[in-house]
This record gives sequence, C-alpha cells and structure tokens, in this order.
Amino acid sequence: MNRQTLQQTAPHTTQHQTGNQRFLPDNLNGAWRNRLLRWETLLLVFVALAFFANTQLSPYFLDPWSLSDATFNFTEKAIIALPMALLIIARDIDLSVASTIALSSVAMGAANSAGIDPAGMVAIGAGVGLLAGLFNGYIITRFDIPAIVVTIGTMSLYRGIAYIVLGDGVYRDYPQGFAFFGQGYVYGVISFEFTLFLLLAVIFAVILHKTIFGRRVFAIGNNPTAALFSGINVKRHRMVLFTLVGLLSGIAAILLTSRIGSTRPSIAMGWELEVITMVVLGGVSIMGGAGSIAGVFIAVFLMGLVTFGMGLLNVPGIVMSIFTGILLIAVIGTPIIWRRVVQAQKMRSKMRGG
Amino acid sequence: MTNTPTPLARILAHREWILAAIIVLMTVGIGTQEAFFISPDNLSELLDDTAILIMLAMVQMLVIVTRCIDLSVASNLALTGMIVALINVAHPETPALVTLVMSVGIGAVLGAFNGILVWLVGIPSIVVTLGTMSIYRGMVFLLSGGEWVNAHEMTPQFLAFPREVTLGLTTLSWLAIIMIVLVALFCRYSATGRAIFAIGGNPKAAVYAGLNVGKYQFITFCISGAMAGLCGYLWVSRFAVAYTEVALAFELQVVAACVIGGISIAGGIGSVWGAALGAIFLGLIKNALPVLGISPFWQMAISGGVIVLAVIINSRSEKQVGRRILREVHQ
Repeated sequence: MNRQTLQQTAPHTTQHQTGNQRFLPDNLNGAWRNRLLRWETLLLVFVALAFFANTQLSPYFLDPWSLSDATFNFTEKAIIALPMALLIIARDIDLSVASTIALSSVAMGAANSAGIDPAGMVAIGAGVGLLAGLFNGYIITRFDIPAIVVTIGTMSLYRGIAYIVLGDGVYRDYPQGFAFFGQGYVYGVISFEFTLFLLLAVIFAVILHKTIFGRRVFAIGNNPTAALFSGINVKRHRMVLFTLVGLLSGIAAILLTSRIGSTRPSIAMGWELEVITMVVLGGVSIMGGAGSIAGVFIAVFLMGLVTFGMGLLNVPGIVMSIFTGILLIAVIGTPIIWRRVVQAQKMRSKMRGG
Repeated sequence: MTNTPTPLARILAHREWILAAIIVLMTVGIGTQEAFFISPDNLSELLDDTAILIMLAMVQMLVIVTRCIDLSVASNLALTGMIVALINVAHPETPALVTLVMSVGIGAVLGAFNGILVWLVGIPSIVVTLGTMSIYRGMVFLLSGGEWVNAHEMTPQFLAFPREVTLGLTTLSWLAIIMIVLVALFCRYSATGRAIFAIGGNPKAAVYAGLNVGKYQFITFCISGAMAGLCGYLWVSRFAVAYTEVALAFELQVVAACVIGGISIAGGIGSVWGAALGAIFLGLIKNALPVLGISPFWQMAISGGVIVLAVIINSRSEKQVGRRILREVHQ
C-alpha cells in the first residue's frame, strides 16, 4: 500500500519539475512571467482604448503630424523612466530626477551665455546629470542611507542650486544648432527625440533582460543580502544605476531645454511623480525584484495618450496631476488587493477540499 | 570595565543638546552682526514664523518613527485651508473656534485616507502620500477654480485668531508651544505613544508583543493629517490668502526639520524636541538670510544641503552606537 503510493507520486513530481524547467530555465518564480504578460496585454488594451478615445475627441488626431506632436509631451519623461525602471527593480528610488533636469538645464544655459557651442552644451548637460546621479549614488551607498531621504535632500539641493544661479531670471536665446535635439526631425514626421527614445528603450531592454548586469539587478531587488552573499558587488551596481538615472535625466534636460528654448529654475517641476507613475504602471514592482522594459514602454504610451486626450479636452495640468496621483495609487493597490482576494479564494477552496 | 559616561559625554550623546547649542550660537552670532536680530520682538516674530513648521515636524516625527513618511502634509494643509476659507466666505457667521475644529476634522479625514491605504491595502507610504500629494493639491484647484480667496473676503474673526497676542506671543506661537508639550506627553506617557515607538524600533517584536503595526501607522497618519488641517487654517488666516500653491513643497521642509532633528528615517528613533529644534534651525536660517544680506533664493539649496549632511551625520552616529555596544559586550 505504502510502496504503491510512492510509485504513484514519484513520476508525478518529476513531470512537474521538467515542466517547470521547460518554461523557465533560470527563473524560480514561475508565475511572474505569465502574470507580467497578462499585465502587458492589459496595458495594450488600454492603449488601444485611449487611442480610440482620442480619435473620437479630435478629427485631427490621426494626422501623422498630430501623432508626432503627441509624442513630444511624454518622450523626455519616458527617457528617464527607462533607467528608473532598473533602479526600482533593484529596490531603490530616485526622487531628484526633476531637480537634476533643472540643474542640468541651468548649467547649459550658463554655458550658452559663456559662449560655448551646442556640442559643448550637450556635453555639459549630460555631464551635470551624470554627476548629480553619481553624487546620489555615492552618498546612498557610502553611508548606507535609504535612497528616499537622500534623494529628497538632493531634490531640494539641485533645484536650490538652480535657483541660486538663476533666481527669478530666465535663460533664453539658445543657438540655432541647439534647437535640433528637441525640435528636429530625423525622417519625415519622426522626431529626433522619439527616435532617441526608441533606441534607448531597445538598449535598456537588452541591458535588463539579456545581460549579466540585468540579471544581477533582479537579484539585488529580490534579495539584496542573498545577492551580496552570492558575490555580487551590490553597492557598485546600485551606484551604476543611480549614475545611469542621472545621466538620462541630463539627456532629458538637453531635449527639454532645446524643445522649449528657455530655462527657468522651475523647469520640469513635479516630473519625478510622473516618471515613477509610468514605471509602476508598466508593471515594475515598487518593492523591487520584478518588472520589464516592455511594460514600461507600453505604459509610457498609455500615459502620453491619456494626458494628450485630456489636453484636447482643455483639462488644466494641475487637474491631470489628480489623475496621475489616483493612477499611481490604483496601479499599486489593485494587484495587492487582487492577490489577497485570490489567496482568500484559494484558502476557502482548500478548506472545502480538506 | 565600569566606565560610566561623564556628564559632558552624556549631554553630547543627545543630538538635541548639540542642535540647541548650534541654534543659540547662530542666534548670538547673527545678533553681534545685527543687534535687532536678538531683540525680544524679533525673536517672538521668528517663533511665530516657525510655529507651523514646528507643529508639522513634530507629527511628521511620529509618522517617520513608525517607518513611514507623509509627503502629503503640504497639500493637505492647502486643501483644508482652502475649504475653511471658502466656508468662511459662504458662512461669515461661523465662529473661529468652529472653523478651528472643522479644520482639524477635515485634515484628519484626509490623513486617515492615507492611513487606510497604508494599513488595510498595504501600499508603501511613500507611494500613497506621493499620490495623495498631487490629488489633494489638484483638488484645491478644482474647489477654487484656480481663484484666490483674498483678505477682504474673509471675516475679521477668521483672520484675527492666530495673531492675537497674549503675554508677548501670538496665539499661533502659543499653539506650537502647547502642541510640543502635548505631543511630548503623548509620546512619553500614553500607551499609544509608547506603542508607536515600539513598532518603529522593532516591528517584528511589536507584533509578538501583540501590537497591530498597521493600526498604529494609521493612527500616526490621522494625527499628521489633523495637524496639517489645523495648520491649514492657521496658514490661510495668518497670511490672509488662500490659493492653489499655498505651502507648495513645504513637505520637504517638514521632512528636513525631522532629519535635522536627529529622527532616524529607518524608524524607532526620534523626539519631539529634536523635531521642534530642527524646525527652529530651518526657521532661523530662513530669517537670517535677509539679515545677512543673502538672497532668499539660497534657502532651498541650503535646506537640501542640510538634509543630506544631517542624514550622513545621523547614519554615522547610529552606527557608532552599535559599535560601542559590541565593544562593551566583548570586554
């Protein structure tokens, strides 16, 4: 009797194991990929709905130029969302990105006033962003302080420096050569900004999903202690991620400054919230350890289309921020409640079965 | 073996005393430059100017001690301030005391909303309050339609309440002082206050001791919200204007005051005095800048820089305490 049951269960377990191996050779958490796939399809459905709604709102929406224009209002934020996704997957967060844009933009304005050519301005813009990110990463990893506090501090520090330099003044008169980055088109209606975003999205997707570095980012996010004990230099990886976020904030600053053609210290105020919302809307877990660039990529379009649609309805920016706030809470809250409901049902069926 | 700390070392071990000394030194230092700065009138004005920050920092301390953060306080303040201002315009007969109670109630409800999302849904507080920060701020705009409520639309009683002077200090200053005492007593002697520190110090141990961590986090969010609401009325009546951008980004100063006051962002460590002194330190800098002829645009960068410096110092001192305990054990 006993032997019989053993023989019966043994093949079953091996079958189960091979089944697991075939689906996910290197992932312990089997359910995640399926769940993410479902999340991304859901996002795509919403993108389609938002797209359809926009075509109904305005007869001019389907015009190629109008579609191209619609990409401008989210491309810069989307570019920061890419490294931010990696950072949040690694269980960190950076609230200083919008202030980094302000600092970087002011640096470029100052460089322009000093007579530096556009190429030099771009180098300065990206360089200041990189240094700002490096500073965040250094303070956080060197002194072992939670990223939230440090970046709340630098959020105030970086924008504060922008205010010291510029006060209530403004930098204008950017040269013609500088305008290309934010206003130029690569081919037909396809803007330079958008092309750059697509290119960066591919690069970040490869980094996160196809490289050892990306695997380590997931490992750190799932369990930093275990990652450390398995020989990953956690601090260096976190520092690289913060530097990347800074660098891409600098690049976003170049695009934004070039597009609007002026710099005030209040530039990009409140963007950190929108960037983080894009990332979590894309299915990245705020607790770290899970997420994909594909999800973030789709979420960016969803946010862009919805805000563009609200713009068509003449909804003021501050009212859109109510929407962003609700979206942020709903997107994080819904899966938590959903998981709890599913678990409760499982428990109930188990109890019935037993 | 028996190295009892000297009285001086014992004083230096408390961050609050060092901070208090720095504040006194700074005040006296500026006083030697500009004598009027240390006149009683100017000092009471400084307290009046810092009172709201002190009150908000104190309750933010409670939230941070439970390992959460409330970034929605400034938006809560603006929303509650706008609501009571609009009520005052619509019903000018409302007594100031009723307005005061209402503002506390509205603020508490807004805070409870944060608390419920943290407690029952289990969303990290930073996400919840980052969200409600923009939701509440947007609601101010929706309520007011982007319009300002100006001084001439508000009743004299509504405006006079925080400014009335008793024994040389305004009602606003007295409120801050009373709140410091109340919250300090609450932390030290009430079961809830002790529980808040217990769950921040070690949530797992607190659970084993039978404390509901989420419930106490919810309570701190309610307290933080209630205080933000009260400050909403005080702010609007003191500055005699309500508009959408009231106290914009003020939450950063509140968190800064806490961090400067030695409150550990990792939870469990903090004192009312620390938060109050941190707030006074920031208020002092703000008021000293124009006296010293420095542009007010420096304020933001200085408070940012001070936050970063303070968290670095905090993290180092916390680590040193840990090492010292280990060393004593080894001996």
